[in-house]
Amino acid sequence: MEREISPGKPMLPNAPFQKDPVEDSVSPWREAFWQLRKNKLAIFGALIIIFFVLVAIIAPFFTPYEYDQLNAGERLSAPSADNWFGTDDLGRDIYTRIVYGARISLMVGFFAVTGALVMGTLLGIIAGFFGKWVDMIISRIFDILLAFPSILLAIAIVAILGPSLQNALLAIAIINIPIFGRLVRSKVLSIRQEEYILAAKAQGMKNGRILFHHILPNSTAPIIVQATLSFGTAILEAAALGFLGLGAQAPMPEWGKMLSDSRQYIQSAPWTVLFPGLSIMLVVLGFNMLGDGLRDALDPKMKN
Amino acid sequence: MLAYTIRRLLMLIPVLLGMSIVTFAIIYLIPGNPARIILGDHATEQAVANLEEQLGLNDPLHIQYLNYIANLLQGDLGTSIRTNAPIASELWPHLAATFELTIFAIAFATFVGVNAGIISAWKQNSWFDYLSMIIALIGVSMPVFWLGLMQQWIFAQELGWFPSFGRDNPRDPVQMITGFHLIDTLLNGRVDQFWTALKHLVMPGIALGTIPMAIIARMTRSSMLEVLRSDFIRTVEAKGTRTFFVIYRHAFKNAVIPVLTVVGLQTGTLLGGAILTETIFSWPGIGRYIFEAIGTRDYPVIQSGILVIAFIFVIINLIVDLLYSYIDPRIKY
Repeated sequence: MEREISPGKPMLPNAPFQKDPVEDSVSPWREAFWQLRKNKLAIFGALIIIFFVLVAIIAPFFTPYEYDQLNAGERLSAPSADNWFGTDDLGRDIYTRIVYGARISLMVGFFAVTGALVMGTLLGIIAGFFGKWVDMIISRIFDILLAFPSILLAIAIVAILGPSLQNALLAIAIINIPIFGRLVRSKVLSIRQEEYILAAKAQGMKNGRILFHHILPNSTAPIIVQATLSFGTAILEAAALGFLGLGAQAPMPEWGKMLSDSRQYIQSAPWTVLFPGLSIMLVVLGFNMLGDGLRDALDPKMKN
Repeated sequence: MLAYTIRRLLMLIPVLLGMSIVTFAIIYLIPGNPARIILGDHATEQAVANLEEQLGLNDPLHIQYLNYIANLLQGDLGTSIRTNAPIASELWPHLAATFELTIFAIAFATFVGVNAGIISAWKQNSWFDYLSMIIALIGVSMPVFWLGLMQQWIFAQELGWFPSFGRDNPRDPVQMITGFHLIDTLLNGRVDQFWTALKHLVMPGIALGTIPMAIIARMTRSSMLEVLRSDFIRTVEAKGTRTFFVIYRHAFKNAVIPVLTVVGLQTGTLLGGAILTETIFSWPGIGRYIFEAIGTRDYPVIQSGILVIAFIFVIINLIVDLLYSYIDPRIKY
């Protein structure tokens, strides 16, 4: 269709395409931000995340011990003024380990989600924009990856590559690729049909420019929502792999690994199991609350 | 409908082929010589060569794949390296254990989730709505293995209400017939053992069902809210129908499709996700079977176990898709 209108030809007066300037005076992002600020749960979630990020960054400055500092005389001692969350079976301070564990969990979540987001977005754009057999192949690969329950696929990948934190991170990134890929592909497909894309093509805009100026900015909102929610899921998955012994290895203070190491002491020293689990739950809760809030604010369909 | 069913079945073929390629590839993606890795560093060259021969690693790749597919189609899932037994026969008791656990979990999740979601939507913005949505939010954020550990600590060790692991009383086992303990105990006429089996099922079932329960409750609520705003609900109410029937008969029937999708998807996810619950409660299911195989590098078991779960997962999704048009005749294909 774009070839029928030559670039030099003057455009028709396109009054119906133009939006009312008054209606457009507030940018949709600002409106979404206002909406988000009113959502107490989302703000609470954001505060939880900020708290954990701060804890992770300044961890070494306010922990009295090292995370792998053994203390044979203080095995499995209950929470006290010296050891706020008690000590584990090797006499290590659980509070210190949890603070350092925040670094690991947030790092895994960040890199796994970023990796999945970049790869998924790229594949989704290629599939949606070029269509035909390219789309066929990429979509089938997504179908096949999604045909495996995600945690099982992650376990399989780690079983092949060998257990380590890096491989667990890689596995989590891989299982999340099709989620972003499908999202972006469907967004690209729907945006491609919009009239302003047609107009851009009619003006002789190149594919790459249309992609980066129109299609990507317009699919940002759902990607942000999905990334926030996936961040929480990725942390859960990393903890699950750690718990199964397929993720972080000793003496790393990974929360899931801490749980599996301490589970045999649950009756005599419940604090060894209580605090790592609570930390996982709180951080994931933060991402879920913020993600829900972002969806309500950014997705016009959900607006009342 | 028939045409759609056939088309949907045909669409399965590339996915199934792709799945088989993925599981087939597992052994080749292992860095190094797979036979050497399976046997460990101390194995003799002869043993490694024998295992390579047994696994068919010496044939050309496409022949190996065709053999793999031919065996699968005949129901031959390979031989376990650790026990030397055919995997297909070892698999069933584990699969039955996981099915029993998953069915219990999804039944619990659906019953509680759907009703909580319906009441939340009906009494929107009430204290019940807020409470159940906060519980649902916490439920989706909870690591299932931690929930299981906490249950064991509180309900098994402190209160002593439920046994903390296993499926039955090991000193008085019942004869296996179907592999489902709840059915086998009744077939054996052992009502006391039935209660024991049920008690063993409660904690792992609830742990496994918590996340889907939360997801189902949220989905039911939002789907119901949409339906409750529609015109026909106002008409039914104007007609004087009792609120209970408006909600459960008229509204829920129209809100059920997205809920059904979630239930179907979650059932499949649980089959794979059960590995964590099974590890905590020592439940002898398929997840543990695969997990133990990872520990002993029993790659044929890993391959077949994952393939079987993915196959069931795909079939469940197929059934859910086909159920749509049965439940909602307005959906035409």
